[in-house]
Amino acid sequence: MSELYKLGIKAAAEGLSRKDFSSVELTQAVIDRVHDKDGEIGAYLTFDEEGALAAAREADAARAAGVVASPLCGVPIAIKDLINVKGQPCTCASKILEGYVSPYDATVIKNLKAAGAVCAGRVNMDEFAMGSSTENSGFHPTHNPYDLSRVPGGSSGGSAAAVGGDLCIAALGTDTGGSIRQPASFCNCVGLKPSYGRVSRFGVTAFASSLDQVGPMTKSVEDAALLLKVLAGHDEMDGTTPHDPVPDYAALLAGASLKGVKLGLPKEYFIDGLDPEVKAITEKAIQACTAAGAEIVEVSLPHTEYAMAVYYIVAPAEASANLARFDGVRYGHRSAKSDSVFNLYARSRAEGFGPEVKRRIIMGTYVLSSGYYDAYYGRAQKVRTLIRRDFEEVFTQVDALLTPVAPTPAFKLGAVQDPLTMYLNDLFTIPSALAGNCSMSVPSGFTAAGLPVGVQFIGDAFKEEKLLRIARAYEQIRG
Amino acid sequence: MNKASIDVAYVAELARLELTDEEKAVFQPQLENIVKYVEKISAVDVADVPPMMHGRALANAFREDVVRPSMDRALALANAPLASDTEFSLPKIVEGAES
Repeated sequence: MSELYKLGIKAAAEGLSRKDFSSVELTQAVIDRVHDKDGEIGAYLTFDEEGALAAAREADAARAAGVVASPLCGVPIAIKDLINVKGQPCTCASKILEGYVSPYDATVIKNLKAAGAVCAGRVNMDEFAMGSSTENSGFHPTHNPYDLSRVPGGSSGGSAAAVGGDLCIAALGTDTGGSIRQPASFCNCVGLKPSYGRVSRFGVTAFASSLDQVGPMTKSVEDAALLLKVLAGHDEMDGTTPHDPVPDYAALLAGASLKGVKLGLPKEYFIDGLDPEVKAITEKAIQACTAAGAEIVEVSLPHTEYAMAVYYIVAPAEASANLARFDGVRYGHRSAKSDSVFNLYARSRAEGFGPEVKRRIIMGTYVLSSGYYDAYYGRAQKVRTLIRRDFEEVFTQVDALLTPVAPTPAFKLGAVQDPLTMYLNDLFTIPSALAGNCSMSVPSGFTAAGLPVGVQFIGDAFKEEKLLRIARAYEQIRG
Repeated sequence: MNKASIDVAYVAELARLELTDEEKAVFQPQLENIVKYVEKISAVDVADVPPMMHGRALANAFREDVVRPSMDRALALANAPLASDTEFSLPKIVEGAES
């Protein structure tokens, strides 16, 4: 079998347990595929092939000895380049971290390794996860596998292109305001942003600490469930992770149906600026859900129009504080022209960061600065409460919300130059991130030009099992 | 506040970020636009609304205050731009009268 790289987690796990192929064969198939295709796609930044094959041999030995704890045993997973894997580079796609080698494993990586997963390929992203197209990578852009002249979305664009282009079996992404869901929509993958606190952020380079979440990017809803089970849970290294039990998400998908499920359509998400093909695909998804027995309810999230403004205060504010650690002292780039303490910091940062990161640091510093704090950051946090209350109210009426993921399909590389216009990509993904809810993008159709478009389901916080059941049911009935 | 008043050159200095003149010229109007956009939140009535600090209502997470093994020193120093065997090395920064 030469096309093993096409498999998802579930099919790979079944093949491995039936001994149809080994993890070494599966991993080698992925490596060969990367050699064959990644020259034009550019999903990966680095791939430790030797390390991958060594991990694969260990997984094969574990399976042969019958000590297999997880379906992920022996399955290669692509890792977004801001998640630390001991001994591997971790650049966050930034020049400031070129040459950095992780001294420890992130908790999600510890969990993946304990499950036997092969974590060796590191995928591209917008620098420090700031962007919606992966064009802000400090190293190279990534191309959409469905149309190489277009972006894969971002910031988890490398993860999405690797999954959508069959350059991995599954991937990890991170989502702060839409960075898993929007690229998933652009590259035909399932992308799940877990509820805030569901997955540990320890060892994941911080962008906006009150928003960041790690999540699965996969070829099916079932794969997302399998991966989430391994990622989720309490971690004493991350105080935001509660002790809530982690259900067996995949087992709970059995018999998933939309019959009697109440799906809310927030009227604020069906706006004039929506691309007509995205609109048509979303409407078709609504019809398919109705035909499958779902009850469609029009609802309102009245503070939606303020969400993007809140986000572009809160996220840069937190980013400016988090990125203060990159000062040329303990790790990362140090300017050769550092003749005073101020210049050591200011020049190292000037030489290491790209333009979008600089803009957000300046924006964040501004909204936190004396005299402006109350008007911007303080007020934004209060409006955030109102946004969250909107969701709390709506989830007393419906099981989940159904919305578009992004206002458009994948756009051309270089087509969006104005930062504020680029930010509009996250219009529909930001509100649920601010509220801390779980939400996911599920492939829904293609435009006439063959570009994938996803539909977004938004669930109540810590109700991933319900969200995944709805997504699974939709995946089975979509046209 | 009803007018975007961001001074990019000044704020960049606060953020310890050196900008070229070209960057200042590009960023100034871009950030004015962004600031103007986010000011729409001033229209929201937030009287008596508590701030949401985090993605989930949180209580402090405590643990016993006991010493545990920490990262090996050599490993912690391995990524430094310049280090001795035991510490991070920096250029001489304490000078007579620094401007």
